[in-house]
Amino acid sequence: MSYILGFLASLGRLTLNGLAALGRLTTFAGQTFMHILRPPYYPRELLIALLQIGWMSLPVVGLTALFTGGALALQIYAGGGRFNAEAVMPQIVAIGMVRELGPVLVGLMIAARVTSSIAAEIATMKVTEQIDALVTLSTHPMKYLVAPRVLAALITVPVLVAVGDIIGIMGGFTVAVQNLGFNPATYLHNTVNFLEMRDIVSSLVKGAAFGVIASLMGCYFGMNSGRGAQGVGRATKSSVQAAAVLILAANFVLTGVFFSL
Amino acid sequence: MIRMENVHKAFGPNHVLQGVNLEIPKGTSMVIIGGSGTGKSVTLKCVLGLIHPDSGKITLDDEDVTKADRDAFLARFGMLFQGGALFDSLPVWQNVAFRLLRGSLKRPKDEAREIAVEKLRRVGLKADVADKFPGELSGGMQKRVGLARAIAAEPEIIFFDEPTTGLDPIMSGVINDLIREIVVEMGATAMTITHDMSSVRAIADNVAMLHDGVIQWTGPVGDMDQSGDPYLEQFIQGRAEGPIEAVR
Repeated sequence: MSYILGFLASLGRLTLNGLAALGRLTTFAGQTFMHILRPPYYPRELLIALLQIGWMSLPVVGLTALFTGGALALQIYAGGGRFNAEAVMPQIVAIGMVRELGPVLVGLMIAARVTSSIAAEIATMKVTEQIDALVTLSTHPMKYLVAPRVLAALITVPVLVAVGDIIGIMGGFTVAVQNLGFNPATYLHNTVNFLEMRDIVSSLVKGAAFGVIASLMGCYFGMNSGRGAQGVGRATKSSVQAAAVLILAANFVLTGVFFSL
Repeated sequence: MIRMENVHKAFGPNHVLQGVNLEIPKGTSMVIIGGSGTGKSVTLKCVLGLIHPDSGKITLDDEDVTKADRDAFLARFGMLFQGGALFDSLPVWQNVAFRLLRGSLKRPKDEAREIAVEKLRRVGLKADVADKFPGELSGGMQKRVGLARAIAAEPEIIFFDEPTTGLDPIMSGVINDLIREIVVEMGATAMTITHDMSSVRAIADNVAMLHDGVIQWTGPVGDMDQSGDPYLEQFIQGRAEGPIEAVR
């Protein structure tokens, strides 16, 4: 009996802790959007964040999309061959990249590259009292550190997703034309004609959502980090874990929403 | 005047402040001493609103600090942090002029830079330091830059958190003298926390000793050596034996 009670107690504790964390995160997100909307604004900080999150992520996003598009083309060609359906490979690569792989891969790369760097930077600032220094200098840390980063991710990640989609499709195109004997003009014609506006919109909306999740997790765990090097390390690890899981969960939810429309 | 009345603050089971009462008259320099972990930094951060006390009242010129307009309240303060807390992504001059480049005290960039260079000169640093980044400076130079930042907007009240920690005795002396000079020159109210007795003698008008979450002794610095308080005597003489447990 005591084992069952103990199990139920720990289950209850876990649930309460989970709900409390969700509440804290929701409050943090609400405060962030309030600070994005209300002045004062810090254009210089926004510009730096745009460059760091958007521009500096282009190489890693481009390479990831290129190789994934190429591998996807090979897999679909091989799999489609079993049903004599190799000809629809351009359409499946296009829809796979635009609706699913493009946004998810870019989201996960942003979680690896940007979330970790934001969390480590803000956590280090907290440990070295730079956040307290900001407050004493009449500057709200949420407004100065968090709002520009989240806004920059909201703006740049959809653009990165669009770039990733195009490069991914071009990866598939290159493999199809160079290795599998597809006609380049036909491949492109089939790709362009098959994609619908809703595919592109869903891709960009997912990109925006994943960008917000990735940057928000970095900021949240950074601002709430523990003391010392261990605190910084833990904040960085937790932020990437949370961002990756939430991006995949949000992808499932958003895919369901777009399917139901 | 800064006044703390029966201020309590606990972190979980650890009751750090257990009824702190303290008054810092305008234009005077108060130094709070006490062993490590006695709540000196917590006291200072409570006044600034960086930490919210569990109970008690803190007033600045009879106005409750928790009800004051935050921006106007903080504009009256300058603070030197223990580790400098300089922003490593910004060059030194932008650290010093941080407050002058944004917010209600914003000035044109050239003017802000000029003020920053002048403040750097005031703390004994050459103009060529202005364009360096904090990571390129020694510990003593970082403290001086922190001091320049604390005084850049000419605040009425300046807080110094362990200003000489980690510095050699000569650099400690330089920082102590600078603090004293600047506080006198600006007519500012100063609150310093330290356990460096040479700092206490160089900086303080008044001294308060924090122990077991309360102010154990307070009075003019000149009375410190004849206080008759066993806690204070043990502390200033650095003895292991006495009412303060050496192992905490």
